[in-house]
Amino acid sequence: MQSRPDIVRETGATHLIIAGDPMSVRAGLIGLAATVPLCDLSADDRGTAELVLGEVLNNIVEHAYPSVPGPIDLWLARTGAGLACKVADRGLAMRDGRAPVGALPAGINGALEDLPEGGFGWYLIRTLTEDLQYERVQSQNHLSFTIPSGRTPL
Amino acid sequence: MRLKPSTINGVLTVSVLEDRIDAASAIQFKESMRDLTTCPADRIILDLSQVLFLDSSGLGAVVAVLKMLGPDRKLELAGLTATVEKVFRLTRMDSIFTIHKMQSDAGQNAVKA
Repeated sequence: MQSRPDIVRETGATHLIIAGDPMSVRAGLIGLAATVPLCDLSADDRGTAELVLGEVLNNIVEHAYPSVPGPIDLWLARTGAGLACKVADRGLAMRDGRAPVGALPAGINGALEDLPEGGFGWYLIRTLTEDLQYERVQSQNHLSFTIPSGRTPL
Repeated sequence: MRLKPSTINGVLTVSVLEDRIDAASAIQFKESMRDLTTCPADRIILDLSQVLFLDSSGLGAVVAVLKMLGPDRKLELAGLTATVEKVFRLTRMDSIFTIHKMQSDAGQNAVKA
């Protein structure tokens, strides 16, 4: 990788590469939950981390690599605030060069036929993370965020 | 996707025998539920007590099943584990479904109903 996310410089960062397809993402998440640093977290924080990372990775599979799967680099490190995460892929850039705002999808209070069947992913990511930053660096997407520890939103 | 249907007093309970409903299995879950709910039960309880992980794709699939059943048939949820419950709560989808704490509670209510 030509441009490395900052987290690589942090001591103890775990780096892994996951193939950008749904089954590899599932296997990657199962493996992550059982190893450092996720296995050291409380069950609640681990569940949150697995959920957030799942949403981020599956978004990459769907939107960055819509036709040809590619690799996803993931760096994880425990910090005082929680779990610092950096994710890099070599796929398509995010629309408008920005990470989605992540509003709740429309129709939640509406009629049965209008209930949303999607659009929850970025809402969950935005709700469960802090300091989220997106950058397009050369031909890569770099996303970084922190999943705070010891807190259950709402 | 392993799903176990059982009908007691006209209430169809579908137990999900998988620990994940995620992006890799959401479509399969939806299709299996469509096949299982062709029987005429008006009330369907989805037992999620074995599901430890449900992502936004899984959530969307559960909502899709609710919509597929139409206005005259009810889909209720039972046995939500902590992380699954959190997904429903954060997205406010907990207000759309009747959620029973335990599968057995749902079953008892089913007998009373």
